Amino acid sequence: MSREETAQLTPPVNESRDNIHGPQKAPVTLFEYGDYECPYCGQAYSIIKKAQNILGNSLRFVFRNFPITQSHPHAQHSAEAAECAGAQNKFWEMHDILYEHQQALDDKHLKKYAEVLELDKYRFKNDMSNHIYASRVREDFLSGVRSGVNSTPCFYINGLRYDNSWDFEALVKTLKSHIKKLA
Amino acid sequence: MSDTQSQQQSQTTALQPGITAPDFTLRTTPDQSISLNQYRGNPVILVFYPADFSPVCGDEMTLFNELLPEFQRLNAEVIGISVDGVWCHLAFSKEKNLKIPLLTDFEPKGEVAKKYGVYRKKDGITERALFLLDKDGIIRYSHVSPIGVNPGADGVLKALESISQSKG
Repeated sequence: MSREETAQLTPPVNESRDNIHGPQKAPVTLFEYGDYECPYCGQAYSIIKKAQNILGNSLRFVFRNFPITQSHPHAQHSAEAAECAGAQNKFWEMHDILYEHQQALDDKHLKKYAEVLELDKYRFKNDMSNHIYASRVREDFLSGVRSGVNSTPCFYINGLRYDNSWDFEALVKTLKSHIKKLA
Repeated sequence: MSDTQSQQQSQTTALQPGITAPDFTLRTTPDQSISLNQYRGNPVILVFYPADFSPVCGDEMTLFNELLPEFQRLNAEVIGISVDGVWCHLAFSKEKNLKIPLLTDFEPKGEVAKKYGVYRKKDGITERALFLLDKDGIIRYSHVSPIGVNPGADGVLKALESISQSKG
């Protein structure tokens, strides 16, 4: 089976399940499988922020977890922390803090970030210690495997894997070309 | 020969589904060897990769390592094979925290890769190739990627699920 045959997001974006930023009817959806401790994902984070600022409501951004736990010891708990924050409607706030503090992702710091975001600390502590969102993170990871993720970050644009350069200019140019098609 | 030509050639020379996988015994540490036939009874995924520490190989082996629980759930074993020596394998395993045994096709160089039709003579390394063997040692899935492209694990996982289901 060739890579081309499997380079489709599986399952596709699910509005009621996935972490989504931007309008449902945006002409272009950028989707990322990412790991909070991966330095390349850290680079991509800044690039995507800039792209979101430029493209505004024309861009929908979706994120699923793909923690490489054997190489990145804090990746799993960080992903769970983001999902715990998501359960309190602050997924993107936690997502941003984690990528802006990639050198400090141990449990002590995750707790501190929950405090900074003024999450319900008892609920956060309970959800983290009982690993309530571990299965959701694993579900994300396995969906990534089935979608053909081979390293992080791995991007999909409108459901198809994007294998070209994701430096700022190249990525924005590609996203704009998709927006133009629907203009 | 371009990479594309070389890959096309390997796609045709790589052992194809339906063939019994050639047996081999290779070292995994300075004083331990592993034989393919010791895994008979379980599916086996052979991951041939060009070189320890290369960026693409690092990503590929890390991904398969991360997926070990999934493969084990389907009773499959995963084995990595390259022409690197045992000490190099040990250092690579340690750096990437790999739980997958890495076998050294070092002397005679590439002998096992040649048996599977995935040796790049010009470069002195193996192709980036995946083989899935069923519990009887029959090849059920065979895939060669362009040397710089990590194949991911979707294809081999799907094939493994398919043979696990057909087993009933």
